[in-house]
Amino acid sequence: MENKLHISVSPHIHSKNSTQRIMLDVLISLLPATIAGVVIFGLNALLVIAVCVAVCVLGEFVFNKITKKPLTISDLSAAVTGLLLALNLPANVPLWQAGVGSLFAIIIVKCIFGGIGRNVVNPAITGRVFMLVAFASMTKAAFPLDSTAGATPLAEIANGNEVILTDLLLGNIGGSIGETCKVALLIGGVYLLVRRVITWHIPVAFIGTTFIFTLAVHEFDFMLALSLVLSGGLLLGAFFMATDYVTSPTTPLGKIVFGVGAGLITVLIREWGIYPEGVSFAILIMNILNPYIDMLTARKLFGGAKK
Amino acid sequence: MAFKLHGIKLPERKTTEGMPSVKMPAPETVTIPTAMHIGTPVKPVVKVGDEVFVGTLIAEDNEKLSAPVYSSVSGKVSKLTEITISNGNVVQAIVIASDGEMTPDANIKKPEINSKEDLINAIKNSGMVGLGGAGFPTYAKFNTNKPIDTLIINGAECEPYITSDTTTMVERADDIKVAIEAITKYCGVKEVILGIEKGSAEAQKKMEELASAIPNMKVKVLTKLYPQGGEKVLVYHTTGKVIGNGMLPIDVGCVVINCSTMANIGKYILTGMPLVERCITVDGASVKEPKIVVAPIGTALKDVFDFCGGFKEEPFSVLYGGPMMGIAVPDLSVPVLKQTNAILALTKKETSVPKETSCIRCGACVTNCPFGISAPAIMKGYKNKDIDAMVKAGAEICMECGCCSFNCPANRPLVQTNKLAKALIREEKMKEANK
Repeated sequence: MENKLHISVSPHIHSKNSTQRIMLDVLISLLPATIAGVVIFGLNALLVIAVCVAVCVLGEFVFNKITKKPLTISDLSAAVTGLLLALNLPANVPLWQAGVGSLFAIIIVKCIFGGIGRNVVNPAITGRVFMLVAFASMTKAAFPLDSTAGATPLAEIANGNEVILTDLLLGNIGGSIGETCKVALLIGGVYLLVRRVITWHIPVAFIGTTFIFTLAVHEFDFMLALSLVLSGGLLLGAFFMATDYVTSPTTPLGKIVFGVGAGLITVLIREWGIYPEGVSFAILIMNILNPYIDMLTARKLFGGAKK
Repeated sequence: MAFKLHGIKLPERKTTEGMPSVKMPAPETVTIPTAMHIGTPVKPVVKVGDEVFVGTLIAEDNEKLSAPVYSSVSGKVSKLTEITISNGNVVQAIVIASDGEMTPDANIKKPEINSKEDLINAIKNSGMVGLGGAGFPTYAKFNTNKPIDTLIINGAECEPYITSDTTTMVERADDIKVAIEAITKYCGVKEVILGIEKGSAEAQKKMEELASAIPNMKVKVLTKLYPQGGEKVLVYHTTGKVIGNGMLPIDVGCVVINCSTMANIGKYILTGMPLVERCITVDGASVKEPKIVVAPIGTALKDVFDFCGGFKEEPFSVLYGGPMMGIAVPDLSVPVLKQTNAILALTKKETSVPKETSCIRCGACVTNCPFGISAPAIMKGYKNKDIDAMVKAGAEICMECGCCSFNCPANRPLVQTNKLAKALIREEKMKEANK
């Protein structure tokens, strides 16, 4: 036995923290929104989710096999990408388009750049933006099974129509699968905060900036601003996509800068852009700026660095 | 103080907490290395066959930074040998066969101390080194012309398992008191602060009693956060003073001494008995009866574990010190050193050999680092052999506490790479200086 002792460098213990555990937490946090989406939009929604998750996981598996890289699907990040993309799609999107979008997200955005941790932009967001410019179906939102509404709340508000706040909160409105039920999204967001997977900085800065900027644009009409904040993909984006570690800053200050920037761009696009919704573009643009934000907001060394 | 330095919450696993220390009987032989301190190894002054007693000088070097070494048992020098110490260096070691009597050396007498110089000599002669694990010769900390405003006593035992400092504070408050009084008197110390982590109630009570008996002494109770006992962290949290890169505590008027070191200085002042034994925590899930053991320096770890009932399960790894900064030993023949505060026999379940995956940029390493060092930036710099990048990321100020690696979800060898980076920077700077 004398020769069998294991030799390693300290530390000799490790926390239970792992990439897989973090990704599992994200999947758990998305469960309420997923269930709500299926309840609101029906079986179609479930099919879209199944296709996106399956294509992302299989896509990464096949890519790693072909390129002879270690298999990484067990870290669950591919499943997270698939689920997030699905929740960002309308339930009536043709399944083949959902599949193409998923392939784009996982292969072009993630795997080709080197897999988990090395992608420059968020795969799910970029997949959605790709589909938005590639497929016309993306601009026709799906509506709840029992709904008579003819436009998404963002479009309704743009047309000068009132929307009911409880509908906004419960998700009985038109939109993407996972974005409509705000209550479910908030439950998931709180779960991530409690589990310390994310910090408050990005969601608060993102949603807060969007609210204040919207308020200023709409002559301080509080209810209207509130309705606009609860519309579209803001909550989904702010809690689950803008907080993606790989493509967001690491320091509290950096996170606030990131969130404020994303909020500003969201309102600019919503108010003056040609698209009704700007959350995806806002996160994508901030993803690209992220390395610079990170560089400029890096933590100061204790005692300062000596040259 | 406006800001607290960051750190991490660790599992405590202090099985031996609250236990009294037990003195183990003399082992059959002790193997005493000539390098149990930072600095130059000392030279043996005994030869094979010499009769020695507890406290007999067996190795010293008066020229260079070092600490003399004394026999920890009575008996005969049986062998001068070479052993590999934990940093990989091969050093001389003196093997003494014990007669089992533990007879103290007849020449040992209380040192006469009338000046700062006497005190420094006494500390040097006591063979004292930093007993928290670093092993820096203690006398050298006082051997300065810079004013020592604050004496900070390190009682923040922040590593899991380890309880020896806390036990020493509980059992040897009187020894600590003697050392504080001597140092305060001869070194012009204005304030004495003892830093202790919240939770060790009995030790805290003892130290507060001590503080009430000593003018200018106070106990600072610190939150339970690893690495509270790191030197720079402790100085900042007790005084608010910042020790910058390349600076020593003395540059901000502080000297930091571990509480066990203080107790042993006190003992030397009282009795003249140098450092010959250590109070160590023997713990880990492999150990049958975890104990706090007072063992002669040079005792083989195997003898100490045997004294604790041996193993109930084969250990996966055995460490000198705690699981965060301790050193894994190759086998159980290695001896208890001056700076050994714990020996742990860990099962595979309690330790970890994690598999590395890709960085997901969660930022936990930078957030958890007390000093705001970017371990990934150092890692990148190390791969590119880019000295400037490593220095800029803070490699030089890294104290190797391991907070970064502990919480990394991708199990990246962050602090491990920082250690290599520091060595590479030192090497490059030496080359630069020799040009």
